[in-house]
Amino acid sequence: MSEFLAMGGHGLYVWLAYGISFAVLAALGLRPIVARRRFLSHARREAHARRDADARRDEQRRGRERREG
Amino acid sequence: MGRFTTWFHRMGSPRWFFDLSRPWLVGFLAVGVTLLGVGTVWGLGFAPPDYQQGDSYRIIYIHVPSAHLAEALYVAMGVAGIVVLVWRMKLADMFIAVTAPVGMAVTGIALLTGAIWGRPTWGAWWVWDARTTSVLVLFFLYLGIVALRQAIPRADQAGRAAAVLAIVGTVNVPIIKYSVDWWLTLHQPASITFTAAPAMPPSMWVPLLINMVGFYALVAAFLVAGLRNEVLLREADAQWVRDWLERAS
Amino acid sequence: MSIAVAQVRRDFLVAFRARADAVHPVAFFALTVVLFGLSMGPDRQAMGELAPGMVWVLALLATMMGTDTLFRRDFEDGTLEQLLLHGRPLFVAVLAKLFAHWCVTGLVLTALSPLAGLMLQVPAEGLPALAGSLALGTPALTLIGAIAAALTVGLGRGGMLAAVIALPLFVPVLIFGAGASLAAASGASPAAEFLWLGALLAAALTLAPFAVGLALRVSQEY
Repeated sequence: MSEFLAMGGHGLYVWLAYGISFAVLAALGLRPIVARRRFLSHARREAHARRDADARRDEQRRGRERREG
Repeated sequence: MGRFTTWFHRMGSPRWFFDLSRPWLVGFLAVGVTLLGVGTVWGLGFAPPDYQQGDSYRIIYIHVPSAHLAEALYVAMGVAGIVVLVWRMKLADMFIAVTAPVGMAVTGIALLTGAIWGRPTWGAWWVWDARTTSVLVLFFLYLGIVALRQAIPRADQAGRAAAVLAIVGTVNVPIIKYSVDWWLTLHQPASITFTAAPAMPPSMWVPLLINMVGFYALVAAFLVAGLRNEVLLREADAQWVRDWLERAS
Repeated sequence: MSIAVAQVRRDFLVAFRARADAVHPVAFFALTVVLFGLSMGPDRQAMGELAPGMVWVLALLATMMGTDTLFRRDFEDGTLEQLLLHGRPLFVAVLAKLFAHWCVTGLVLTALSPLAGLMLQVPAEGLPALAGSLALGTPALTLIGAIAAALTVGLGRGGMLAAVIALPLFVPVLIFGAGASLAAASGASPAAEFLWLGALLAAALTLAPFAVGLALRVSQEY
């Protein structure tokens, strides 16, 4: 095992190269996941806000109609 | 002809892509992770050491695939650039937007692994080797596209400007490669050739091939994922996205 | 043809009236030559060996700085929009515009380069190749730099973004141009490099104006 890790004396270089590469690949994979989450939470909040605004408008209209009628 | 053009135009529609691409994402991801895992374990653990470079050559299993992919992605952006300018296809514009940063990162992997490999092989972290230098210039070409996109506020204009630049860059890539080769042969009489091509046994190049395909598939998955997000972001006000959100939550 | 002549005449007139725009790149070149000379220490031999390549880099940077003003004024006063709308071939107008611009920047830099080379201890046999390679190289640099200038003209930022875009594209021109001057200064024949520079210039002349035209059309919408 330690022989495998040593890589014939070049262990530092080999593991450094693989470590950096897979770290970058992992970051590239995480980016779309984070972006998707952010988009979804933002969109949901907007949808709620839209629905609330619609409801409030309906409420006001109904109130106005009651008073006038 | 008629059927092809319909297919072509439908393919350019972001919604069509979004509806169909989920299985692609899963497929690419599965293939990419599996192959990259197999190829890496094989290359690190089971491939024989190189008779000249010993174990340090094992960096080849990420260096060569990433360098290959870096160039292929740039050319793909150039092709997408033509599609943007000729057919005004939104999806191609989004493809450039998503690919530029990913391609820059992949080029970064190729550069860093090349530098790390250079240390035990040439005794220096940076050598003005023809291929390394071309990849460095490629990195800056990617940087130019990313910077230009970020500087332009309106998405459709940013897309068309980036398309022009991607085409210009793609025309330049072979010229840059050739000129750097030329410059090197003048300044350095002989450089070490990396892959001992005639002597490379299958136990060495098969894992390389596997990793190559794995890299392509994995990055394809990242690109599909990025594109799906880009579609949602840009079409956020479209009714179909709102309906989709409704169903998703 | 008359479009080209009219465009060149007009741009010369504008360049003459706005002299500062043309003087700045040249002043930049002269100043960086002085800075390079001062930064090299007193070893004249070492300076002479490096200088042909260095003069090339400095001329390249000065050309890059020059392209910054190429379309800006026309963009701001609306002349550029007229150019795009008038329906005559944009290729010719762009080429004429770039030719006029090159005459007041690249050509001047080329003419000054033997002087810069002399100051920086370039051997006398290297000076003709230095000037000759710049005569072929600076038009190519102007053509490529114009693409970047056209893409960024509406953004109201300094030339830094244009530089980031254009400098990687300059690499082949720099390699053959500096290569020709270095070869001649060390006594070798620069013929091959000159042929390559000519090929690059021919390619840039035929392709770059199209790219500049496209880029201007995109920019006009900002």
